[in-house]
Amino acid sequence: MRPIATTRAATGTETGKLAVWWVLASEVVIFGGLLASYVMFRLGHPEWADAAAVTNTHIGAFNTFVLLTSSLTAVLAHQAAERGDGKSAAKFLYFTIGGAAVFIGVKTYEWWYEISHGYTITSNGFWAFYYTAAGLHAFHVIAGAIIMAFVARDAAKNLELHRVELIGIYWHFVDIVWIFLFPLLYIAK
Amino acid sequence: MVEPAVDLTHGHAHDDHAHHGPQGWLKYLWSTDHKVIAMQYMFTGMFMALVGGFMAYVFRMQLAFPDISVPGWGGVVSMGEYNSLVTNHGTIMIFWVAMPVLLAAFGNYLIPLMVGADDMVFPKINRLSFQVFFVSTIVILASLFVEGGGFAGAWTAYPPLSADATYNLTPLGSTLWVIGVGLEFVAFLLGGINFITTLMNSRAPGMRAFDVPLVVWMIVVASILFMLSVGPLLAGAIMLVFDQTIGTGFYNPATGGDPILWQHLFWFFGHPEVYVVLLPAMGVVIEIITTFARKKVFGYRIVIFTVVATGVLSFFVWAHHQFIAGIDPRMANIFTITTLLISVPIAELCFVYIATLYGGSIRLTTPMLWALAFVAEFLIGGVTGIFLGAAGADIYFHDTYFVLAHFHYTFFPIAIIGTYAAFTYWFPKMFGKMMDDRLGKWHFWLTIIPFNMIFIPLFVLGMGGQHRRISNYSSFSELAGDGFQSVRIFATISLLIMLAAQLIFFYNCWKSWRSGPKAPKNPWKANSLEWTTESPPPHGNWRPDRMPVVYRGPYEYSVPDREEDYWPQNEPDGAPLQVVDPDAGEQGR
Repeated sequence: MRPIATTRAATGTETGKLAVWWVLASEVVIFGGLLASYVMFRLGHPEWADAAAVTNTHIGAFNTFVLLTSSLTAVLAHQAAERGDGKSAAKFLYFTIGGAAVFIGVKTYEWWYEISHGYTITSNGFWAFYYTAAGLHAFHVIAGAIIMAFVARDAAKNLELHRVELIGIYWHFVDIVWIFLFPLLYIAK
Repeated sequence: MVEPAVDLTHGHAHDDHAHHGPQGWLKYLWSTDHKVIAMQYMFTGMFMALVGGFMAYVFRMQLAFPDISVPGWGGVVSMGEYNSLVTNHGTIMIFWVAMPVLLAAFGNYLIPLMVGADDMVFPKINRLSFQVFFVSTIVILASLFVEGGGFAGAWTAYPPLSADATYNLTPLGSTLWVIGVGLEFVAFLLGGINFITTLMNSRAPGMRAFDVPLVVWMIVVASILFMLSVGPLLAGAIMLVFDQTIGTGFYNPATGGDPILWQHLFWFFGHPEVYVVLLPAMGVVIEIITTFARKKVFGYRIVIFTVVATGVLSFFVWAHHQFIAGIDPRMANIFTITTLLISVPIAELCFVYIATLYGGSIRLTTPMLWALAFVAEFLIGGVTGIFLGAAGADIYFHDTYFVLAHFHYTFFPIAIIGTYAAFTYWFPKMFGKMMDDRLGKWHFWLTIIPFNMIFIPLFVLGMGGQHRRISNYSSFSELAGDGFQSVRIFATISLLIMLAAQLIFFYNCWKSWRSGPKAPKNPWKANSLEWTTESPPPHGNWRPDRMPVVYRGPYEYSVPDREEDYWPQNEPDGAPLQVVDPDAGEQGR
């Protein structure tokens, strides 16, 4: 049973949504710290461009497309949840999870290719940041997909439909982090 | 939404005694009640305070009586052990004592009670927060016993010392240290989200933002500061673990890294962290001062704006820890200015406290003594901070005992004086018994006087140029002379007195808990909502059909034309002074 505290909304905003935004605020500074460190180092080390030239921009662009599409289906899931259509909300969430799976699959191939060609996390500063930042992001993708599976399972039974929006907000955040990572790690040669 | 009242009121009677019997123990471990979680945080923190205090005892003995077997340690303290002891003393006292007790325990206990809610908004996340914290405690304690011993790279963990086991000589301990601290951060992030959303959303009907007690405001601002500052350090910790374990070179210049990066990431968190623990203590102190001066807080809104301004400013002072780390002198100028600026709002808060006392009818109870001592002692810490904030003076004082004494003059008032103030003030509410005031005052004086006797001599040592992080000064002829050794012995003996005085506190707790007089609902005649329920509060804090409604701010003391000198927040305007308590018959005092 939920405590009375959970059912109150003194600010007028739903408690769950407030909490998700605060989670994101704390996540922004985690990635912010990591990427700010990377940018400062990158400016001081023009030679890292040679390492960056190895990364495959086409594969990165494809993954960006996949992730953005998965965000679209997350929005469609939210729309369906607003209508009270839990079944179709769940369906769209499963599409999003599929997008996450494709993203991780492509990422795995990329890393396998790069590692097998000798570009490992200890090779130099660029590769250290490359694997750490993308790895931390991938960890968020996987965690988000797992939580989304639980939300979708409930949504299919028309339960806790408000959570569809909350996981959607989180998913957009994961998306936006990648929007920063892609140019910093792939495009900037 | 809300279950019928009858079910709940009968339910809590069983929950109160849930910790008896084997099944009860499991129930206790998995309780989501914010008061139970607060106690779990409190007792874990107090246990860790004993561990950290023991470490202080061991290395102070080594400093006073070098290379003589320390009683209770089982031998001479080796140089490696000394490094490990000072490192873990600092780490444990800040991350496993100050934060869990001041922020997590009192935040958990007070926020729902003071805003008139029955629990945190996410009770299960709250429980998870403690469980993660508990695991982190086990990790840090385990790290002391692995091969090579506990981490010996200082609590600030500067690379390359922290990143390379050939320097710190604690390959396993250093990695476990980073993992333990990281888990602890995750625990407080989970708790912080609860604190912030609970204040924002589950205030009692009628409670506006400016009706919230200052301690709640300050704990929540502290949580926000923590949440916004810890991220870069978490990222930095990931990099540090990678440097330690798989040989990346984030902090290694040979592979394009930079050790100064860690210092930026650490202090970007580390300086707001000072305010993360300071603000709850300051909040506790103002609650106590206003209650025992029987006077309204001087400038309630100004205090809130000041605290928020301090929080914002605290993000722009971090490099004052790095004046001798080779940063650009122009940058040192900027950080000198911001650092001196941040002393203004804190000084303002001290003036607010004094102005609140002025003209009040002051009652020198034990909590009030602690609160007054906080203001006096923290002032010394603050004033000596001005010396260190100015880059010119800092170059001389850096890495001396002056810094160490300054630091302890800020953190001891926060973590120890603030905690004792809060503990003695809310003890009647938490345990339903009154504490022995006479023993409390003995404990107070026997803690405060030795505290000054420990750290004033250390200021003297620092001004004499004595460097810290040296385990045996007699090995260095230029540091051993000038009678400095006798100063060290004096400080160590003062520490022994102070540690022994803590036995009075534990005896007082045990005695009061066993046989103290039963505490009424509102022993201090205070206004805020936690004093309107039973001592200790039942599960759910109030009966669901009698949740409090708020009519005014928490500091209406000595209002003219009122017979009583206090005016509880939940008492309607124009109501008779003695409201008949409908609960009194069945639950009573």
